Amino acid sequence: MKMMKNMRKEPLNDTQLLMSITIGIFIVMYLAAIVFLGGGFLHAQQIFDMLNDNASLIIVSCALTIVMIGGGIDISVGAVTSLVVMSCVLYLNSGGNIIVSILLAIGIGLGFGLVHGFLISYLEIQPFIVTLAGMFFARGMTTILSVNPQKVDHEAFAKLRDMKIEIPFLGYTAKNGNFVPARMELGVVVALVCLIFIFVLLKYIRLGRNFYAMGGNQQSALMLGINVKRTRFLSYILSGLLSGISGYVFMMHTGAGNATNAAGMEMNAIASSIIGGTLLTGGVGNVIGTFFGTLTLTTIKKIVVSSGLNDPWWQSITTGGMLCFFIMLQSVVLGKRAKKKNS
Amino acid sequence: MENCLLKMRHIEKRFPGVLALNNVDFTLRKGEIHALMGENGAGKSTLIKILTGVYQMDAGEISIEDTAVSIRSPEDAQNKGISTVYQEITLCPNLTVAENMFIGRGNGGWVRHKEYEKRADEILKQLGIPARSSQQLGSCSLAVQQMVAIARAVDQKCKVLILDEPTSSLDDKEVNMLFDLMRDLKSKGVGIIFVTHFLEQVYEVSDRITVLRNGELVGEYLVEELPQVELVSKMIGKELDELSTLKECDEEDLSQREVFYEAKSLSSSDAEPFDFFIHKGEVNGFTGLLGSGRSESVRAIFGADKVTGGDVTIKGKHAKITRPIDAMKHGIGYLAEDRKRDGIIAELSVRENIMLALQVMNGFFRPISRSESEAFADEYIKVLNIKTASRETPVGSLSGGNQQKVILARWLLTHPDYLILDEPTRGIDVGTKLEIQKLVLKLAEEGVSVTFISSEVEEMLRTCSRLIVMRDRHIVGELKGKDLNQAQVMKTIAGGEA
Amino acid sequence: MKKNKRSFGGLGQLTIPVIALALLILFNLVRDLIFIYYLKVPNYVSFFSIELTKNNMENMVLAGNLISIINGASELAILAMGMTLVTAACGGQDISVGAAAAIAGSVFVKVLKSSSSITGVTVAIAFVCACIVAMLFSSFNGTLVAIFKIQPMIATLILYTCGRSIAYWINGGATPTVDSPLITAIGGFIPGIPVPTPVLIVIAVALLFKLIFKFTSLELFTQSVGINGSAARLNGINSTFIKLLSFIILGVCVAFSGSIGVSRLGLINHETLLIDIEMDTILAVAIGGNSLGGGKFKIGGSIIGAYVIQMLTITLYAMKVSSTDVKAYKAIVIILLVVIGSPVVKAKFEKLMSNIRRSGQSISMKGAQ
Repeated sequence: MKMMKNMRKEPLNDTQLLMSITIGIFIVMYLAAIVFLGGGFLHAQQIFDMLNDNASLIIVSCALTIVMIGGGIDISVGAVTSLVVMSCVLYLNSGGNIIVSILLAIGIGLGFGLVHGFLISYLEIQPFIVTLAGMFFARGMTTILSVNPQKVDHEAFAKLRDMKIEIPFLGYTAKNGNFVPARMELGVVVALVCLIFIFVLLKYIRLGRNFYAMGGNQQSALMLGINVKRTRFLSYILSGLLSGISGYVFMMHTGAGNATNAAGMEMNAIASSIIGGTLLTGGVGNVIGTFFGTLTLTTIKKIVVSSGLNDPWWQSITTGGMLCFFIMLQSVVLGKRAKKKNS
Repeated sequence: MENCLLKMRHIEKRFPGVLALNNVDFTLRKGEIHALMGENGAGKSTLIKILTGVYQMDAGEISIEDTAVSIRSPEDAQNKGISTVYQEITLCPNLTVAENMFIGRGNGGWVRHKEYEKRADEILKQLGIPARSSQQLGSCSLAVQQMVAIARAVDQKCKVLILDEPTSSLDDKEVNMLFDLMRDLKSKGVGIIFVTHFLEQVYEVSDRITVLRNGELVGEYLVEELPQVELVSKMIGKELDELSTLKECDEEDLSQREVFYEAKSLSSSDAEPFDFFIHKGEVNGFTGLLGSGRSESVRAIFGADKVTGGDVTIKGKHAKITRPIDAMKHGIGYLAEDRKRDGIIAELSVRENIMLALQVMNGFFRPISRSESEAFADEYIKVLNIKTASRETPVGSLSGGNQQKVILARWLLTHPDYLILDEPTRGIDVGTKLEIQKLVLKLAEEGVSVTFISSEVEEMLRTCSRLIVMRDRHIVGELKGKDLNQAQVMKTIAGGEA
Repeated sequence: MKKNKRSFGGLGQLTIPVIALALLILFNLVRDLIFIYYLKVPNYVSFFSIELTKNNMENMVLAGNLISIINGASELAILAMGMTLVTAACGGQDISVGAAAAIAGSVFVKVLKSSSSITGVTVAIAFVCACIVAMLFSSFNGTLVAIFKIQPMIATLILYTCGRSIAYWINGGATPTVDSPLITAIGGFIPGIPVPTPVLIVIAVALLFKLIFKFTSLELFTQSVGINGSAARLNGINSTFIKLLSFIILGVCVAFSGSIGVSRLGLINHETLLIDIEMDTILAVAIGGNSLGGGKFKIGGSIIGAYVIQMLTITLYAMKVSSTDVKAYKAIVIILLVVIGSPVVKAKFEKLMSNIRRSGQSISMKGAQ
């Protein structure tokens, strides 16, 4: 209470608090990695690698953040990403055109969003079931398109794929004395643009605030004159659209389509959102937090690998442990807050 | 009728199996406060919900300023100048105060936080609401949240303002503030529809009263022409001369009787330490303003909140009550203040709701058989005159008064020695209120101790033989015998020399 | 399931699963008729044919699509029963059941492998160990949900993420096989009994639930906690205990299905054992007409839901849809089912029906005049 009087600004709200914790832990963890594991973690390229590898994960995590803020869930994002990759690869290989392939990706994403949104908002079916069906459908369609891995064989696309943005001043000198500039893939730019767009949307655009209102208390949102059905509909449309974009970014990174692409991505995306401070109950969360959530998740995996624990099962166990830690932390922090308010 | 603002004619609304509104007319003029009265189930809320676009009427017409309109959604209602403040807070706790005032309004895609906060601060200051615009709404008290809801409606320049039980979570000071605000708006030509259960408040602030009963219009009256007693009789459809002669004044000295329950400096996470006792067969009550700690105290007795200290003796023996189940095992029953949140299990049947507490006391491994529970349910449906289609009807579909009776039945079935009734009469119709008061006195005669809490002092005076008065979370007085009158109670609540 | 309510359609909550089952049966019936009488396909085997044949163990056993449906859905049905309870009490789902079953299966195999010979006693011991481990893991989930008040889906995401890795670790990364007639009997047929053993286990588990509901107040308490936790607490119900208990019961179900899954194959593959079953389980609960938001529940509905899902899969296989593509078709059917069951569609339909009835009445009244 004393603090509040001294500060001109308001105390952190739930979203800001959870986000700050995540950013703090990420920084501490990264610094610890530099100190104890040194080497690779010192180079800026390490961060860029993480971004390059996870651009599409960042995008779908943002999609989930939007849906989760609105009090829903979308577990189809990974499968839709995979379907988009496969469709676009096959289309490009059949001699398609780049622009059309992008439109195809966006179209598939929007299509899923539309159907999900309609079923959830206007027919009031549980989002888990609808997006589960969406996930089944997308996975099934992917294998129907092709069971075998497909590599893109398309000149224009190859150019797009190999296009890298070089940032010389963040580079480093390799052991053999050559200077290697930091490299960032085009997909990362797309991801960052999406991130900024959604940040602005959630913070400064009416629709974004309506997502928060809807997730905070749906009944209230309705009474406040928000068209809850349309708002929810739009949240799933956005999620679908972002899954489509994510698919294209994924393809730009791998340059190939495979039925098992992006397997388990939805759970990684949910985990990123949660670590970033989004509550599944809705109304609390922020894409900046989600961004750091993704980075935290990736960093922990990198640290595990760098520590010499190469068995793949170590990664998932540490991820699980990490998740457990954050979930408990949030529960304790928010619980303490609620208590404080009541007293 | 010139200066007529809102006209509703021949409104009809049908729910499965029920005709909720039958040919109801309602007229609101500019610059008037119009009370909408009726028992529970009279159709008030249905009428309000039609007007605010939550429900669609099946027949009838609505016109605003002589233009026929159809109201399709709450959003639509707002656009047509109809704003509503509900009993339950209908704002979003995760947003700021300013956002709660401006969200869902106006045009344009952008949200200008700074501008909103500036405007919100002005309005809050103007109305004297103690909140900052940039504060998260969830961190405000319930009363302040309610005021924010009103501030929002006021700022919407509404033509019609509907206040649905706005005063039930406000204390007297806040109620007066609200009334000042209502009069102010009235002078600006806003038509206000005021729905409440507090008769005094109706007479204090309203110009006109429309009474509904069983989904039909009883009539529209000027306040001056309708005495309070007549209003009550119109609402429940029968003369109520028994109201005043409920309690026969048998001034038997209860202090000779055995003390059933005694607590010394009992405290909980929500209640300051207090001393309390009750005799066998006594009816006493906690009174005080909302937030004075009366509910918190009885919750501490029942172990509903975390008990932090104190000595409890029951029938002269030391007892430890930290959880509700402990209290229940000592023969204590507790009817909670908030029926929806703490009382009913809405989707379960009347039967299951009635047997719940007894089942819990029987224990996890000794379920009550189906036939036994059916017998119990039938018995209490009859005894308490619960109006329900069958014993298997989900309790959520019953009217408020009948839900309350179901919860009463639940506790009566456990044959408690001591029953705590926290606001058993809140939000229910006058007839049921009377039945419950009678029941309390009957229980006392049978030797059950009862602690009764009601925000209507009248009710307490009629039923209790001893009143414990609380202010600012402390007991400030105990009234009995000849001190037990309205004036003395008010004086003690208000403070000053007792 | 005595006295099944007078509400909607006379079946109450069971309307959707029963309709779904009926539709699937009808579909296959029509398909059979087309193949037999219209296309006159020679040697066509009806979807519903059940025959008594000798299996490779020289036992007389039942075979046919229906049998493989009932048999194949065993793990799913058992998990769905436990999941129903968790859903009802906690208002959320456990998405770690597949991973937990892999752990339970690994423990089952590990214990079997460590004994010199596999006898009835060792199998029992192995199962008890699997049970205990599964219960421990689900108590962990339950603790997060009941005590730390974390949403079930989030809480169980932890075990979902790392459960299969733990299973991997238990058997040192290997996928050991167990070769014993006893295990084959559990996963297949007991000599002399033509009904698959997993089906018998499902019946046993269902009876167990029935007994629990009969001799405890679990059903009433779980529903109370799920519908209104605050009121339940004030009526003396220990909601923490109820939620924890629901998870522990689910743990037992997980051990059952994990052990069945292992016995079927005679080996433990931590990667593929009951993969994706969590989604099917939740689906079974939903198709069973239970609200995923908790509250009222019907275990019977979830069991039917499990069979609906399996029947759908087998129907698709019978139509020569490849196992990887099945998912897409399944999704379409699921959506159709939930759209039919959606309250909005139902309300629209009822309105339409009453309109038809009303106009029908007015016509007949006119006729009478």
